[in-house]
Amino acid sequence: MKKTAALALIMAMCLALAGCGGSTGGSNGAKREVNVCSWGEYIDEDLIYQFEEETGIKVNYSTAESNEALYSLLSMGGADFDVVVPSDYMISQLIEEDRLAELNFDNIPNFSEVDSRFQNLPYDPENKYTVPYTWGTVGIIYNSTMVDAPITSWSAMFDPAYSNNVLMIRNSRDALGIALIYLGYSVNTTNEAEIREAFQLLSDAKNNGVYQGFFMDETFLKMEGGNAAICAYYAGDYLTMLDNNPDLVFVVPKEGSNWFVDAMCVLKDAQHKEEAEAWINFMASNEASMANMDYIGYASPNTQVLEDYPAYYEETYGEPLDQGRYEVMAAPQEVLDNCEAYLVLPAETRTLYNDLWTELGI
Amino acid sequence: MKRKLSLFAVPYVVWMALFVVAPIIMVVVYAFSSGAGGFTLANFARMGTYAVVFGRSFKLAIIATVICLAVGYPVSYMMSKEGPRFQRLAMVLIMLPMWMNFLLRTYSWMAILENNGLLNQFFQSTGIINLWNRIFGTNLSFFPMMNTQGAVVLGMVYNYLPFMILPIYSVIIKMDASLLEAAQDLGADNLNVFRRVILPLSLPGVLSGITMVFVPSVSTFAISTMLGGGTRILLGDLIEQQFLGGAYNPQLGSAIALVMMVIVVLCMWVMNRFGEGEEQAVML
Repeated sequence: MKKTAALALIMAMCLALAGCGGSTGGSNGAKREVNVCSWGEYIDEDLIYQFEEETGIKVNYSTAESNEALYSLLSMGGADFDVVVPSDYMISQLIEEDRLAELNFDNIPNFSEVDSRFQNLPYDPENKYTVPYTWGTVGIIYNSTMVDAPITSWSAMFDPAYSNNVLMIRNSRDALGIALIYLGYSVNTTNEAEIREAFQLLSDAKNNGVYQGFFMDETFLKMEGGNAAICAYYAGDYLTMLDNNPDLVFVVPKEGSNWFVDAMCVLKDAQHKEEAEAWINFMASNEASMANMDYIGYASPNTQVLEDYPAYYEETYGEPLDQGRYEVMAAPQEVLDNCEAYLVLPAETRTLYNDLWTELGI
Repeated sequence: MKRKLSLFAVPYVVWMALFVVAPIIMVVVYAFSSGAGGFTLANFARMGTYAVVFGRSFKLAIIATVICLAVGYPVSYMMSKEGPRFQRLAMVLIMLPMWMNFLLRTYSWMAILENNGLLNQFFQSTGIINLWNRIFGTNLSFFPMMNTQGAVVLGMVYNYLPFMILPIYSVIIKMDASLLEAAQDLGADNLNVFRRVILPLSLPGVLSGITMVFVPSVSTFAISTMLGGGTRILLGDLIEQQFLGGAYNPQLGSAIALVMMVIVVLCMWVMNRFGEGEEQAVML
């Protein structure tokens, strides 16, 4: 008798659990919401409130650490994101694995604001899946009071002279990419010997004590507080750090670098596709894109915004926009010409990257 | 002995089945499967590469546990000898940090230990660093504390110390005072009362304390990346990396987790043999 009761209870609990899963998954309810996953410090949060007020759609905003971490999150299947903002190469990979939904561009009229330079890029050649969010470069950020001479080369990232003063970026693609560029190879090489050489460079530098550690979002605190002299990070984030520590300098090293586009996409199994497109359209509007560019320091892909930003800056802060600051955000064409975009790597190269990355931490 | 399952135990049994037994089964299944889905032992073949990480994690966890014990036992003992008001206050102070998320607390430690952090600023302004430089002929502008294994151990001790103090304290406080009086009556001095009565009687608390500090320490993650820099990762980070981090490979992650669990269970078993006779020891 008791056994039956226990069994019934178990079944009831299972049903209750299943019920919970179902109710949050349904999109037909009165409550409209959209689940967005982006990077840390990567949005002007006022825009979220503005969007919620204008549309009545609740935004559940969360962040992932890197493209690789986002991929892990999606693969584990626990997350129910609608909109994600991966970088170019990760978008290719997600498209390749059929994880992205084709967008209905009728719902995203603001796509027409996007500069033609950022449409139909190699990661999405027919531009069916993505709307660009921001773009920028990776470079070296250094504290001018803590180095002897201005830094111009990636060699600083491997130089024992800066022992225990360097922060390496904590994701395999950027870290190995930097080493590949320094060695003069393509960031998209599939040649195992070249990739292993890049790994060796990182590993030697680590063993020589060059790095304080591998960091992502912690980099902000460390660079702003003058706790490290040199790091490799994203141009947009440099401007955020600069506001808190005027000694910091950003440089795209002479060997060139990576330039990237992060774009908004909707996942194939998204529960709130309509809301997701409304969000994308909102973020692609000139007003939102302008506010966002100003707040996070990453360049907007919209023609009009790029043109108007200096005027907007002057109006907001009462002083003219420094050309150097503008060029950190929106790198001029000659800088981009010296940079290479990441392309998706074949599966076996990705496995090699993962294995080497794990090995690097040992 | 009653064999029938009480109805009141059902929620707990269901909970255990859903959130303890099922995940362990999943870990085992994953550990023995390849990315494509078939049976394989390949995940374990790579374990040798990670032996260093195993060694490092167990070493740091043991150090942290020993420090916790060395600090925690005297604290619990003193506490139990004080008046009830002091005990209540001390209890609140010990529990207080746990009301805050441990990531936030670890973040604060970053601000304290950094090269330019609070502690180093203090050392600079008080001239301690200058004094040090003069005595030892060094040329330091700060004491490097951040991104060292010492910082990681500090993070573990700080986070898990309450789990050592509480079980020891609760065992000592419940000790029958007449036993101590009897020992004194029979001619034992204070040292002998402690050594031959209090210490053996408090062993169950010590054993649970060790378990409750050692197990989370050995599998800890985030602390080592935040305070240790992530250049010398620990088991927890290695496993996390395979699931949520930069190198997606849940099969390998499960295999590492399984090996770790087996080693931890073995350690606990040896510990229990060690404390044989102390029936209620290690109740998790």
